Amino acid sequence: MTSTDIIIHDEKDNVGVVVIEKITPNQDCNCWVMENDKSVTIQSKNEIPLGHKIAMIDLNEGDTILKYGHDIGKVVKSIKKGEHVHVHNVKTKKW
Amino acid sequence: MEIPKSFLGYKRENGRVGTRNHVVILPVDDISNACAEAVANNIKGTFAIPHAYGRLQFGADLELFFDTMIGTGKNPNVAACVVIGIEPKWTKKIVDAIATTGKPVEGFSIEGAGDIKTIMKASRKAQEFSQWASEKQREECPLSDLWISVKCGESDTTSGMAANPAVGNLMDKLEPLGVHLCFGETSELTGAEKVCATRGATPEASKKFTKTWSDYNDFILKEATNDLSESQPTAGNIAGGLTTIEEKAFGNFQKIGSRKFIDVLTPAEEPKKGPGLYFMDTSSAAGECLTLQAAAGFNIHLFPTGQGNIIGNAIEPVVKLTGNPSTAVNMKEHIDLDVSKILKRQMNMDQAGDELIKTTVRAANGRLTCAEVLGHKEFIMTKLYRSA
Repeated sequence: MTSTDIIIHDEKDNVGVVVIEKITPNQDCNCWVMENDKSVTIQSKNEIPLGHKIAMIDLNEGDTILKYGHDIGKVVKSIKKGEHVHVHNVKTKKW
Repeated sequence: MEIPKSFLGYKRENGRVGTRNHVVILPVDDISNACAEAVANNIKGTFAIPHAYGRLQFGADLELFFDTMIGTGKNPNVAACVVIGIEPKWTKKIVDAIATTGKPVEGFSIEGAGDIKTIMKASRKAQEFSQWASEKQREECPLSDLWISVKCGESDTTSGMAANPAVGNLMDKLEPLGVHLCFGETSELTGAEKVCATRGATPEASKKFTKTWSDYNDFILKEATNDLSESQPTAGNIAGGLTTIEEKAFGNFQKIGSRKFIDVLTPAEEPKKGPGLYFMDTSSAAGECLTLQAAAGFNIHLFPTGQGNIIGNAIEPVVKLTGNPSTAVNMKEHIDLDVSKILKRQMNMDQAGDELIKTTVRAANGRLTCAEVLGHKEFIMTKLYRSA
């Protein structure tokens, strides 16, 4: 088994979670989808630390972030595939 | 793995089973802490659980205070209890309610006697209780005598990926064996509240959950100056990669596996519908949540953490697990079980659940948890509003 750099909870998710100490810019990463045991790859654009999220597709302002197959917030600043997804570009829909 | 069918516990007078054999010196109010701590200092094999409240409370806040105090004394992990308060009336109310379990309990009031005489009298009783309790032996008890509460803290994305679903896996395996289970954290289900409501075992349970969450949300909207962004997620959560309360909620929710909850409990309320999973309306602050769950009668606690919460509890042994490899190394002395291999796919959820069952049963049998060895005895009262 190749080493896993990113875990994606659900097939529907548009973000994955970094599970190694960090990924560096332009790193070719192996991703594992927990739900269906599939593997995909992605090239990172930023340095992203352990536990933080990476965009699996291009996302526009107003788009919904899906994790665990569920709505976990909205994009407030457009995000390119492979970029770091966090509080600087995503916000809760609750308030 | 074959799940153990029994553990070694202390059988109590009322049929419940303890995983610990505490002799507790319980102060009724803030000003009796000094006296209670002096007694515990005199008499080995006892400890005091000082707290900040118990004076001039009223209404629902006073009721919750009594439920917490009485439930703490009634918990089967407590072999015997000395209660010390300033006035005789509230002291007696707590003593009488704890005495319904059949366990040794006696109350002392300080007013008119002073600290020194009270310490002397209470110490004599505490000595008697400590020596009596020291002869109690552990006996083989069915696993269904475990009442397991759960709560996560300092969560990060590894919590939702590894430690929380490991707890969920344990729940899926132990619920059919007749274990009582309890999760809480009303605020931290915000964002997943609709999905959580669908996990009620009956329409009544679902309805009760929705009402509990809505009441909480109304309170937040009324009291909050703008939103909860400063405290939910916490700075620690954000450092760990959690971005929104919704993300935190869905991670949190992994702790119940695929179980359904049979009832919704008010804070510190004892479950009455038999074995199964219960939701309790609690704060998401760890000290408060665990104190309420212990007061409801739960006898062992599972605490998944991401960034490394160090909480313990005065009454329940707290078993801590993490899926974060850095926390497992850097805060090793706090972690009873490391499930970070899940991230490397060197451990699957079934294996993690099995490991957690083993760790839990060992702790129930008497192995001291990290929090116990490090002296964590948090006892934090939930206060509903200011006193009169």
